[in-house]
Amino acid sequence: MFEIIRKETLAEGIKLFEVAAPEIAKKAEPGQFIILRKDERGERIPLTIADFDRNLGILVLIFQEVGRSTKELGCMEVGDKILDLAGPLGRASEIEEYGRVVCIGGGVGIAPVYPITRALNNADNEVISIIGARSADQLILKDKMAEISHQLYIASDDGTIGQKGFVTDVLAKLLADEVKIDLIVAIGPLPMMQAVSEVSRPFGVKTTVSMNPIMVDGTGMCGACRVAVGDKTKFACVDGPEFDGHKVDWDLAIKRSRMFLAEEKQAIEHSCFGGECQCQKKK
Amino acid sequence: MSKEKVKIERQSMPHQEAAERIQNFSEVALGYNEEQALLEASRCLDCKKPTCMEGCPVEVDIPVFIKHIKAKEYQMAIDAIKMKNNLPAICGRVCPQENQCEKHCVLGKKFTPVAIGRLERFAADWEFKQPSETRENNKGKSGKKVAVVGSGPAGLTAAADLAMFGYQVTVFEALHTAGGVLVYGIPEFRLPKAIVEREIQGIKQLGVEIRTNMVVGAVNTIDELMKNGFDAVFIGTGAGLPNFMQIPGENLNGVYSANEFLTRTNLMKGYLFPEYLTPIRIGKKVAVIGAGNVAMDSARTALRLGAEESYIIYRRSDKEMPARGEEIEHAREEGVKFRLLTSPVEIIGDEKGWVKALKCQRFELGEADESGRRRPVAIPGSEYEMEMDTVVMAIGQGPNPLVPRTTPDLQLNRHGNIIADETSGQTSKKGVFAGGDIVTGAATVIQAMGAGKKAARAIHEYLSN
Ligand SMILES: Cc1cc2nc3c(=O)[nH]c(=O)nc-3n(C[C@H](O)[C@H](O)[C@H](O)COP(=O)(O)OP(=O)(O)OC[C@H]3O[C@@H](n4cnc5c(N)ncnc54)[C@H](O)[C@@H]3O)c2cc1C
Ligand code: FES
Repeated sequence: MFEIIRKETLAEGIKLFEVAAPEIAKKAEPGQFIILRKDERGERIPLTIADFDRNLGILVLIFQEVGRSTKELGCMEVGDKILDLAGPLGRASEIEEYGRVVCIGGGVGIAPVYPITRALNNADNEVISIIGARSADQLILKDKMAEISHQLYIASDDGTIGQKGFVTDVLAKLLADEVKIDLIVAIGPLPMMQAVSEVSRPFGVKTTVSMNPIMVDGTGMCGACRVAVGDKTKFACVDGPEFDGHKVDWDLAIKRSRMFLAEEKQAIEHSCFGGECQCQKKK
Repeated sequence: MSKEKVKIERQSMPHQEAAERIQNFSEVALGYNEEQALLEASRCLDCKKPTCMEGCPVEVDIPVFIKHIKAKEYQMAIDAIKMKNNLPAICGRVCPQENQCEKHCVLGKKFTPVAIGRLERFAADWEFKQPSETRENNKGKSGKKVAVVGSGPAGLTAAADLAMFGYQVTVFEALHTAGGVLVYGIPEFRLPKAIVEREIQGIKQLGVEIRTNMVVGAVNTIDELMKNGFDAVFIGTGAGLPNFMQIPGENLNGVYSANEFLTRTNLMKGYLFPEYLTPIRIGKKVAVIGAGNVAMDSARTALRLGAEESYIIYRRSDKEMPARGEEIEHAREEGVKFRLLTSPVEIIGDEKGWVKALKCQRFELGEADESGRRRPVAIPGSEYEMEMDTVVMAIGQGPNPLVPRTTPDLQLNRHGNIIADETSGQTSKKGVFAGGDIVTGAATVIQAMGAGKKAARAIHEYLSN
């Protein structure tokens, strides 16, 4: 059992948990993820590790409440215990001194990009960060990202914060201005990561993305997490989650992410979230 | 041969009727009642030179346990089995007896063999109905610690034997439930999870600690285990990496590996969705590629999840199908359709990326290959399409790379299986032993148990010196 030590609402529908998981925290590296199961009836949900404290034995998890499982998770409170939590899974990010790197986070994707950005910063890279969200009140970790970046650009769909538009607009401008970039790391919704990869492709700048496909076990046992990269099929949970954005088959990834949309709807309808939800009303 | 014995017919197994059972996930084979067990046991010829034991990978003393059943000494019967086999309720249900003990039964040479597996199950189920006794707990008597990685039949057997030798045993399991394939793969209707759970409780009573959610290779490595106080390690991580065919369309929505299909249904209880939150979607027509136990389990699971048509698609003929006889028979009774000498060449999708049809090719049997089986040869121009909603790949599994990847001095064969001595399980790394599917490739429950037993003995020897 894994106790929730702290809970914070970062934005509407985006929650942060600090969870006591000393053994996993001890091994966690930027880029890795965990799989948790809230209770006996729960799904196994993969969540990227947003931060970790090895000394305190704490993992930070940040998630958006989208389906029934993440909504139910969001109803848990400090002191509650998560039944199962396994990790750290997947390969860690390759942290090196690349030179100048651009770290891009979109929406809740800013959470997993944060520890990678910090590690790249610590490895003496010049870090330019671009973070974006739908609007100002959805933008998370702005100050923390600022602390670890040499330059921070912000974009919002509605222009309520930073420049109006997408993170890719900022990136396109940097590339057009012939800013020399040695590596781009992008994490966010699939269409955003695809767009970043398309923008950087003509410039030949290496672009690493973190895939978050549907998973079950997270240990390479089921193949639910298949991603086509180049001409090969990879299992994101053991071969990834990071891949070369220029080689990912985005069309396939987007189609596969929609595999259980109908069931997700059915699960919501079947739950208290379909009608009056007591736990949501409390807050 | 005594005349009366031959006259008694092999007792058939009571089971749920096919039409009814495909509506539920409850066990299909219901087990002998006492009367049937006594009749069946009385068929045993009590041979002077019994040969049945030759077929048992763990050398259960079959004539003795059957003799005890005949005498209604059920406790003694189960005790005799448990001398060699810690998991009789499981083996009685899932062992391929027709290729093992029953194949060697003398009565079977002229008539039908004694139903040894069913009698084993009877004795084990009898014991389950008795108030459970607390088993002797030798925990840590020897002062030495052994780590077991993986809680499938190989790991559980090794853990139980090592605990009985007096070691302090910790089992590390990656998933949230112990049992390996017994819980995530083999369906409830063939092996009720309550039985696996009870066996695991028994092993815990011996003092074995089972730690779930521990992915070795991620949260710790074999080297770290050795450094942190474990005197020896047994690796029983199984054959968990699903194979795909490398044909076009395999990544379409609606294509599952058998592991994913069965894990969603069994371990995650997808058949109770949305009560349980893990979904599984199957549509009306399901094709399962392969003809082993895994394939039969998938095809029969599909029917229970509501598929209208469920197909087994297999490259060779019915003689070569590797599944247990009883499973093939049950699948046929339930209406699974067999398309033999047929293999898919492409999976065709619709514009949204969902499976629409399966393109197959017909085969004929040619010359025998190294394995002695006749090699299937494709018939040119025989391609045809079958409409399909779901395709399940059940064409075998490879070894999971997590442990080898993080243990560089562990020698592997060219398939990625750990190389281990056949009699001791000793690997290329000192103090590290391995057994089960991770060594042999996908095999059987009883073979994995046998390997766990041998390794436990070898570890005991290693730690005693
Ligand atoms: C659907 C299906 C049906 C079958 N039917 C039959 C049958 O009827 N009869 C029969 O005899 N055999 C059958 N088999 C085969 C049989 O189940 C296997 O041969 C047997 O379970 C192998 O045992 P094992 O202990 O080696 O591995 P497994 O049972 O595979 O157990 C390995 C365990 O190790 C865990 N693990 C893996 N990696 C790690 C890690 N890094 N850290 C921690 N834990 C890890 C896994 O999660 C798993 O729990 C079937 C198999 C399947 C899939
Ligand atoms: S999630 Fe099962 S193999 Fe990756």
